[in-house]
Amino acid sequence: MDKAIVKLENVSFSYGKNKVLEDVNFSIEEGDFVGIIGANGSAKTTLLKLMVGLLEPDKGAVYLMGKAIKDFKDYKSIGYISQNVRHFNPMFPATVKEVVGANLNTSRNFFERSRKKEEEKIYKALEIVEMGQFMDKKIGKLSGGQKQRVFIARALINKPKILFMDEPLVGVDLNSQDKFYSLMEKLNKEYNITLVMVSHDIGVITEKVNRILCLSRGRVYDHKPDQTICFDMLKEVFGNKMNILIHRH
Amino acid sequence: MFSYEFMQKSFIMGIMIALIAPTIGYFLVLRRQSIVGDALSHVALSGVAFGMITNFYPVYTAMVFSIIAALGIEGLRKKFENYAELSLAIILSAGIGLASVLISLGNTQGILSYLFGSLALITDQDILLVIMLGIIIFLTVILFYKSLFYMTFDEESATLAGIPTRPINLFFSILVALTIAISMRIVGILLVSSLMILPVAASLLIANSFKAGIIYSNIFGLISVIVGLTISFYLDLAPGGTIVLSALIILVIIILLQYFRSKITKPA
Repeated sequence: MDKAIVKLENVSFSYGKNKVLEDVNFSIEEGDFVGIIGANGSAKTTLLKLMVGLLEPDKGAVYLMGKAIKDFKDYKSIGYISQNVRHFNPMFPATVKEVVGANLNTSRNFFERSRKKEEEKIYKALEIVEMGQFMDKKIGKLSGGQKQRVFIARALINKPKILFMDEPLVGVDLNSQDKFYSLMEKLNKEYNITLVMVSHDIGVITEKVNRILCLSRGRVYDHKPDQTICFDMLKEVFGNKMNILIHRH
Repeated sequence: MFSYEFMQKSFIMGIMIALIAPTIGYFLVLRRQSIVGDALSHVALSGVAFGMITNFYPVYTAMVFSIIAALGIEGLRKKFENYAELSLAIILSAGIGLASVLISLGNTQGILSYLFGSLALITDQDILLVIMLGIIIFLTVILFYKSLFYMTFDEESATLAGIPTRPINLFFSILVALTIAISMRIVGILLVSSLMILPVAASLLIANSFKAGIIYSNIFGLISVIVGLTISFYLDLAPGGTIVLSALIILVIIILLQYFRSKITKPA
C-alpha cells in the first residue's frame, strides 16, 4: 500500500449522461510497467487524465504519490505525453531544444537566454532517447518515431518518478516501435521510472509490460504478469467479432 | 509627409499596431484560433455602433463589447469542446446581427471610417491607449514567454507542468479583444484580423524556431504598416487596405522565393 504511486478508489466519471467509468479501483506501484488496453471509446484516455488530475472524478478519489490529486503540486515528479502532441502542425516553428526545454524554468522570460546548465540538461535528456544530435532541428521536420522520442525527452528532463503516455505508438513505424520498447525497458529498469501507457495494440504491449489494465464497459480488470489474459475477457473488451489466434514461435 | 500632424500620429499609432497585432496574431494562429480576430472584430463593430448611438467614445464601447465577446468565446469553447470553431461562429453571428440592428437605429454615419480605418480621425487619446496597450502586451509576452510557448505548443502538458493556464488564457483573450478594438482605428474593423494573420503566415514559412517566428512576424508587420501608410498618403488610398495589401505582397514574395529556391536546390 505504501508503495502505491497511483491509487484510484471507487472512481466514477461521466461525460454528461454517458457514464464511462464506474467504481474503478486499482493502484500502480513503484517500478510497474502498466499497459492500459481497451477498445476505442473505452475511456482509456479519460482514465489517464483522471490519474494525472487533468479531469476530476464525479465520485471517488485519486491519489498520486500518496497525495489527494487536488493537493498534488509536485509537477516535476510526473511526466505526461498526451495524444495531442501528435496533432501539432508540422509548420509549428519550434526547435527540438525549445520543445524539450519547455519543461524547464517555465517562468523564464523572452530575453533571458537559456543558461549553459540548461542546455546540458536538455542535451542529456535527448541523449537518453538517442536524439542528442537533433537539438537545433525544427520539430516538424522529424519523423513520427523521432518526434515521439523528443516528447519522451521533454517528459524526462525533470527526472520524473512516473511517466504517463497516451497511445505513444500511433503513427510510429515498426522499427521505431522496437526501439521504443527497448527505451521503455531502459527507463523502467535503469532509471527506475514507473511507466503507464495507454495502447489499443494488445498484441505487442502484453509481451512488454508487467501489468495490464483492461478497460471494458466502464470497468477496469487488472492482470498480473504471471496470469495469462483471459480470452473471454478480451472478447468482452474488443467485442464479439474478435478472433483469437494463438501463435507459437 | 511628416510635416502633417496627422501623419505623425498615424505613424506612431501604425508602428505600435504593427508590433501589437502580429504578436497577438502569432499566438492565435499557432493555437489554431486565427478566426478569433474575425469574430471579435464583428463584435467590435456593434460596440462602435453602440457608442455612436449613446454618445460614448466608440473605441471604448468597442473595447467593452469585444472583451465580453472574448470571454464568451472562452466560455463557449468549453461547452463545445469538440467543435471549438462553433463558438467563434456563434459570437461572430451575434456581433454582426447586433451591429446591423444598432446601425439602423440611429446616427451612425461615421461608421465607414471604422470599417475601413482612417488616418484623419486619430486622436491623442487613441495614441495614449495604443501605447499603454502596447506596453501591457509586450510585458506580458516578455514575462510569460515560456509559459505562452508551452501553452501554445501543448496546453495539457503545460497545465501539468504547473503553468496556470486558465488565468493566462483569460488574460490573453482580453488582450486579443483590446488589440482589435484599438487597431481598428487605422486598419479598420474589416481588416484588423488580416494584420494579425498575414505577417504571421509569412513568418511561419521561414521561421525555424518559436523566437524567430515572433521576430519575423513583427518585422513583416512593421514593413507592411510603414509601406502601406506611405503609399496611402501619396496615392490617397485607404490606409487599412494598403497596409493589408502590403502584408499580402510580402507573403506572396516569400512564397515565390521559396518556390524558386526549391527549384534551384532540387535539380530536375
